[in-house]
Amino acid sequence: MTLRVELVSPTERVWSGEATSVSARTIEGDIGVLTDHSPLFGVLVDGQVVIHGTNGENKEFNVSGGFLSVSNNRVSILTESIK
Amino acid sequence: MGAQLRIYRRRMRSVKATKKITKAMELISASRIVKAQQRVAASTPYANELTRAVSAVASYSSTAHPLTTADENPKRAAILIISSDRGMAGAYSNNAIKEGEQLAALLRERGLEVKPYLVGRKAVGYYKFRERFIAGQWTGFSDSPTYENAKEVADSLIKAFVADSEVDPAGVDEIHIVFTEFKSMLIQNAMAKRMLPLEVVESDAPAPTGLLPMYEFEPNAAVVLDALLPRYIEARIFNAMLQSAASEHAARRRAMKSATDNADDLIKSLTRLANAARQAEITQEISEIVGGADALASASAGSE
Repeated sequence: MTLRVELVSPTERVWSGEATSVSARTIEGDIGVLTDHSPLFGVLVDGQVVIHGTNGENKEFNVSGGFLSVSNNRVSILTESIK
Repeated sequence: MGAQLRIYRRRMRSVKATKKITKAMELISASRIVKAQQRVAASTPYANELTRAVSAVASYSSTAHPLTTADENPKRAAILIISSDRGMAGAYSNNAIKEGEQLAALLRERGLEVKPYLVGRKAVGYYKFRERFIAGQWTGFSDSPTYENAKEVADSLIKAFVADSEVDPAGVDEIHIVFTEFKSMLIQNAMAKRMLPLEVVESDAPAPTGLLPMYEFEPNAAVVLDALLPRYIEARIFNAMLQSAASEHAARRRAMKSATDNADDLIKSLTRLANAARQAEITQEISEIVGGADALASASAGSE
């Protein structure tokens, strides 16, 4: 099983694809999401989102605030802007 | 050249010049519709995800949030009207403004005071000319709005909504939006929707399949709602602005196409008239020559 990840901003879909894990920084601290994570909705603070792709490649994005939603091995990261 | 013919030629030249301009505007708008449509499409994943999230939070948490609860005794309502900055788009702006007027009448019937927030020079001009009160106005970005523009508008609307309408004369209890929905290249509808208090149920996206998951909220549902709702409003306004922009280009393309067609018709009929005038002139010249020759002939015949 892999995670289906989408990183979207108001103006475009920045990245989408399969990943083994995602880590991001929420208000309460860093969080890592692996497959079969329970449904979660978190508020992100300014910081880095790292997507560990299935091919071993890591994608890093600097986001300014946003949301992370996890359900049924689908991860959506919504952010207003990506630096 | 006869005077009549000269006038026809002059009118043809001016119509041809106008036609060149309208044709160019038609082509420009046609190319911009595609771009505007792409922007609408690009903004949908974000809007859909947000709608999904808001529905999930709203349906699985009992937290009462000022942005979701309706005031029992509403006093004032804000209307956000999205029109264009420039004309030459047929009835596009007028339709939106009229839809706004109807909505305002409806709200006044319910005993609410209406506060207009206007986007686009056309709506601002309409209200200024009638010396009406304007609660807020933004101009200069109607044909290609950015997210920052939507954010700016949303910020002042949310601020007015959060303010207590009982004590603050700037506070409003409801926010409605009037924009032009882009259905297709040919169909655009001006429509009014209530934005706040939220009606989460309605969304442009197909309903998510199955039940929404029981989310765990981090840190908690109230904080998530606080952060989520302003973004949701921004995304809604942004989407409305993008659709309106696409509609504006479509309306302009159509208006300019019919202007070009009219110019074509006009040129055709003027050409006919000019030909007739030229022919009449020639006929007259011939009959003058023949008449002159006749007169000469009869004069010389009489002298002999």
